[in-house]
Amino acid sequence: MREIDRRSKYDRRVFLKGAAVTAPAVAIATSTGLGITDAWADEAGTLTPATMKTLLKVARDIYPHDFLGDSYYITAVKPWDDKAAKDPAVKSLINDGVARLDQEANERHKMPYAQVAWENDRVALLQRIEESAFFQKIRGDLIASLYNNKEVWPRFGYEGSSAEHGGYIKRGFADIDWLPKA
Amino acid sequence: MAKFDLNDSGVVVIVGSGAGGGTLGNELAQKGIKVVILEAGPRIENQDFINDEWDSFGQLAWSDMRTTSGSWRVHKDFPNIPAWIVKAVGGSTVHWAGASLRFDEHEFKIKSAYGNIPGANLLDWPITLAEMEPYYAKAENKMGVTRTNGIPGLPGNNNFKVLEAGAKKLGYKEVHTGRMAINSEPRDGRGSCQQIGFCFQGCKSGAKWSTLYTEIPKGEATGNLEVRPGSMVIKIEHDQSGKVTGVVYADETGAMQRQKARVVAVAGNSIESPRLLLNSASSMFPDGLANSSGQVGRNYLRHMTGSVYATFEKSVHMYRGTTMAGIIRDEAKNDPKRGFVGGYEMETLSLGLPFMAAFLNPGAWGRSFTSAMEGYPRMAGMWLVGEDLPQETNRVTLDPNIKDKFGMPVASVHFDDHPNDVAMRDHAYKQGAAVYEAVGATVTYPTPPYPSTHNMGTNRMSEKPRDGVVNKFGQSHDIKNLFVSDGSQFTSGAACNPTLTIVSLAIRQADTIAGAMQRKEI
Repeated sequence: MREIDRRSKYDRRVFLKGAAVTAPAVAIATSTGLGITDAWADEAGTLTPATMKTLLKVARDIYPHDFLGDSYYITAVKPWDDKAAKDPAVKSLINDGVARLDQEANERHKMPYAQVAWENDRVALLQRIEESAFFQKIRGDLIASLYNNKEVWPRFGYEGSSAEHGGYIKRGFADIDWLPKA
Repeated sequence: MAKFDLNDSGVVVIVGSGAGGGTLGNELAQKGIKVVILEAGPRIENQDFINDEWDSFGQLAWSDMRTTSGSWRVHKDFPNIPAWIVKAVGGSTVHWAGASLRFDEHEFKIKSAYGNIPGANLLDWPITLAEMEPYYAKAENKMGVTRTNGIPGLPGNNNFKVLEAGAKKLGYKEVHTGRMAINSEPRDGRGSCQQIGFCFQGCKSGAKWSTLYTEIPKGEATGNLEVRPGSMVIKIEHDQSGKVTGVVYADETGAMQRQKARVVAVAGNSIESPRLLLNSASSMFPDGLANSSGQVGRNYLRHMTGSVYATFEKSVHMYRGTTMAGIIRDEAKNDPKRGFVGGYEMETLSLGLPFMAAFLNPGAWGRSFTSAMEGYPRMAGMWLVGEDLPQETNRVTLDPNIKDKFGMPVASVHFDDHPNDVAMRDHAYKQGAAVYEAVGATVTYPTPPYPSTHNMGTNRMSEKPRDGVVNKFGQSHDIKNLFVSDGSQFTSGAACNPTLTIVSLAIRQADTIAGAMQRKEI
């Protein structure tokens, strides 16, 4: 069978370089040898870096794929900063949602959400706000912003558009070789 | 190409260009009758189709505002997308999978076959299989259906091979790559299937039959057919005698136009067609056109549907190749011993990763969901499609509050499963899982219905005017020169995919309309 190369093509260096065009903070982070982990959140103009980092954690906890690095989730949640800048209602939805989540975390664990160590404990906090507009918006958006990212597809063994390659007629549409003989 | 005057009152106006409207338009044009097809969507040719699920959805899907109610899960998950159908020239024949099956004999007479079922509004069709057979044959030939007319079946893809191996282990007998209106060899000026996948996103090679590049250009070549894209019909008008005289539509620029007509045929799919009849209410017809029975919009059918996906130890790559070229027919029979009347088909189905995320279990999150997603390349999938029972309360109505940009009330779709639908779905989930478990599935996923692709029944055929909206030719009981030409004519839905029957009815209706025009009856 023709298998898919599932190694990450989301080259870290290219990701940073691409981001640097519009994101000087990342460029500085790169040049100073810092990780991207914090730098990407610092460039947010409307939402605070802490809020952005909480959104990243929330996104990972909603759709946890351990073989995906943070870069994919950052790509998915970063647009919320722009949307918040354009729409005050979105800004307060995010800020209020994160504040409530942190409050739930503080009451139970004496620390903000993003610092709660175990995923199970964070998921329990998310379940408490599952019906909220904040959670539903973030979750619903992730379905497209995470899974409709073409960079993610090969990691899941999905090949995407095929017509320009002549379809699969010569590329393994019927190459399954492990079925029991009928 | 023909161009008809707005004041030409000799034309047949067809609303919609899909399986019903596109076929009827060509058939009439071939007989020398002048036809104007008004299509709400744009004209998008094959080379512009997109092999990308969300981008294609944005390009093709009917996404105008609609509302929903009822206990069906689509209402909760996709409250404003009751149906996954197309707004473009070719209608949903752009998006359809190609499965082309005939109804069984009993499926034309379910009241006689199933008896009285509480909560259901069963009725026999005013036509029989025997009457339909010559038209089915014409449709199969026109569409190039595999396993008919000496056309070989399509080759099986990986997803089919898994289905076939499981079905055989279970002892199912009728298992093959389907009767598909997809060329397995070049035919009718179109090439053979390149196993591209993305059948639902528009066939870029043109191997799959669609009115967009078969019926419509053939009709246009006669000089008798004019297709006007971007033309949303908002009202059908009539004179004092009660005969329809034409339609008012918004053209590509949004300007209102009035096209006169000798005959109007409505083929806007089973949500828009009743909406248009209801929105055409007048002082003479206060409940809407063709609605003296009160049945316009009622008995909405969407098929009992569901899917089963299964994950295996090794790769399947189900998305490679023809999406629906695979079927198990053994459960399509009517065998009430299973705990329900009617039957269902099991057909191969695959979704790309983006739609799998959206449809596998809408709203779900956390590790059980992501674990399922991570099995994607090792998944096989099937669609379950069976007969749902007509119920008067399953219904398309006009939304009391929400209007479209032309000021017309939008359609609201109410649906509740009948207990028979639920029993059938439970049986189908169990059998679907068993097929895959027989060949080593490690986990199976009973996946809920997607927004409806098969929409039927909202202007149903009936022998007696009080039981339905149109007669056995799709001619409205109330208004002689008003026809319904899409799946909304269906008296009942049968187990199989509806398109072949819609096309067959359209071919038959063209004979009726041409004859009646010749005899000056309309």
